[in-house]
Amino acid sequence: MPAIEIEKLEKNYSVGFLRKTLKRALHPLSLVVEQGEIFGFLGPNGAGKTTTLKMLMGLVFPTSGTARILGKSIDDAGVKAQIGFLPEQPYFYDYLTARELLNYYGQLSGVPGKERPQKIAAMLDRVGLRDAANMQLRKFSKGMLQRVGIAQAILHDPKVVFLDEPMSGLDPMGRREVRDVMEELKRAGKTVFFSTHILSDAEALCDRVAILHLGELRGVGAVADLTSSVRGNVEIVWKGTTVFPVMKALNATCYATGDTVRAVLPETNQDAAIDAIRRERARLVSVTPVRASLEDYFVEKVKKIEAGMGAKA
Amino acid sequence: MSARILHIASNTFREAVRDRVLYNLIAFAVLMSGAAILVGQISINIERLVVINLGLTAISLFGIVIAIFIGIGLVSKEIDKRTLYTVLSRPVRRWEFIAGKFCGLGGTLVVNTICMAVGIFAALLYIWPHHLQASDTSILVALYFIILQFLIITALALLFSSFSSPLLSAIFAFALFVIGTFSEDLRGFAQMTHGAERWLATAAAYMVPNISALNVIAQVAHEQQIPGQLIVLNTAYALVYSFMALLGAVLIFERRNLK
Repeated sequence: MPAIEIEKLEKNYSVGFLRKTLKRALHPLSLVVEQGEIFGFLGPNGAGKTTTLKMLMGLVFPTSGTARILGKSIDDAGVKAQIGFLPEQPYFYDYLTARELLNYYGQLSGVPGKERPQKIAAMLDRVGLRDAANMQLRKFSKGMLQRVGIAQAILHDPKVVFLDEPMSGLDPMGRREVRDVMEELKRAGKTVFFSTHILSDAEALCDRVAILHLGELRGVGAVADLTSSVRGNVEIVWKGTTVFPVMKALNATCYATGDTVRAVLPETNQDAAIDAIRRERARLVSVTPVRASLEDYFVEKVKKIEAGMGAKA
Repeated sequence: MSARILHIASNTFREAVRDRVLYNLIAFAVLMSGAAILVGQISINIERLVVINLGLTAISLFGIVIAIFIGIGLVSKEIDKRTLYTVLSRPVRRWEFIAGKFCGLGGTLVVNTICMAVGIFAALLYIWPHHLQASDTSILVALYFIILQFLIITALALLFSSFSSPLLSAIFAFALFVIGTFSEDLRGFAQMTHGAERWLATAAAYMVPNISALNVIAQVAHEQQIPGQLIVLNTAYALVYSFMALLGAVLIFERRNLK
């Protein structure tokens, strides 16, 4: 049984004074996330990621389509005991202390009263807030709030965890800690579905990703599969000459430092470039394939879409 | 009552306490102390009437202000601050959230009223030591009716809060409270009209909360007995009216997209 099944989920909003204009926030989206995966939901701001997450959480109602979590409809309140959710830029009851907040959420999630104090203490320890446990949240920094947010999302030991931009606004240490928590969850067999526009985070963590742009799904798959479809480059370094004209003809971008030159060019031109270096009697230092990043894939996709839209216009 | 409703209610109560809502008790204590001391000096044999009138009216006004100004934010503030997201993504149904919020604010107002009631009895004992009389129990009936008013106004504030902005919700709730205090006059007016006007006036008279029937401050101050039948009818009326307003709030909130 998949952890998450989304079938033609669509959301339109009525906008304007008379609410007669329809704005499509999400084109029909179909997606399956298997149990135990870390699944990245990627896209620029306004792509429809948060709308999708809100529909899965029952905060926003879909215009059409269905979704199931652990085989149960998202309308089934019972399934929510099995899921954890961290909203984007979370804001919590700031008159509560971190311990009180976790106790409240534990009560609502049905964590038994006897287990709650130990679970809360362990969770505060896990997110590095043991010393701030009895401090009111109004005195918390943004990073501390994000940690409390993660703690409340996983306190009740959910099987599926949804995180909306969990690294947003965190310093490098905070981002690292969130990544560690996500990896721990995966090791414990949990499913993590997280949205982000920081592609390096997704690349480092995700088993699979989906890319959303302007409310439409543009690609789904393992990071390696997606990036292998991007035209590859190669980096060549040599010593002994300056940049010679034939390199420009081979679409190389060259950077010279003293008598060392580094050129990045399409791998299809690699052999021609090496031949040219030999002809110039320069000393070849290295030839390294440049792996396409998720960012390259993403930029290429977006450029294609924008070019298509430009051609239609 | 589901445990989740109790947890939400208790959190709402805690929010009110930590936001210093109960500080109004200090203002009330000052008012009652001042009244008890001054009335004894300037009035002859009407101290009891003045203290009861002033005390019960103050309890009513303080409570209505709290019911409206906290009530209008119960839902809209949670949506604006997005605190609702982490509540509704748990096994909490939307109607449970509304019911919990209502019980929480209702509980706050009951505690507030009990504390103020202690103040009234203390003032009565001060001006007339050792002379609490049997008719003073009718003060408890007046206090009970005031609490029923609070429940109605809280439910209305919640209803407006579920679809409107805080400012408009406050205006609507306050307007209904004011019109409701004159609901007997509105019913009298309806009986004097004819045709469609009569229908409209009668409908309006029954739509607004009958706050005037729940106001027995003058009778209690003048030591008149409150009939048991009125207690039963007022209780039933307040419960049905509050339930209908809450039902409206739930029906609207169940369909609302939390953008």
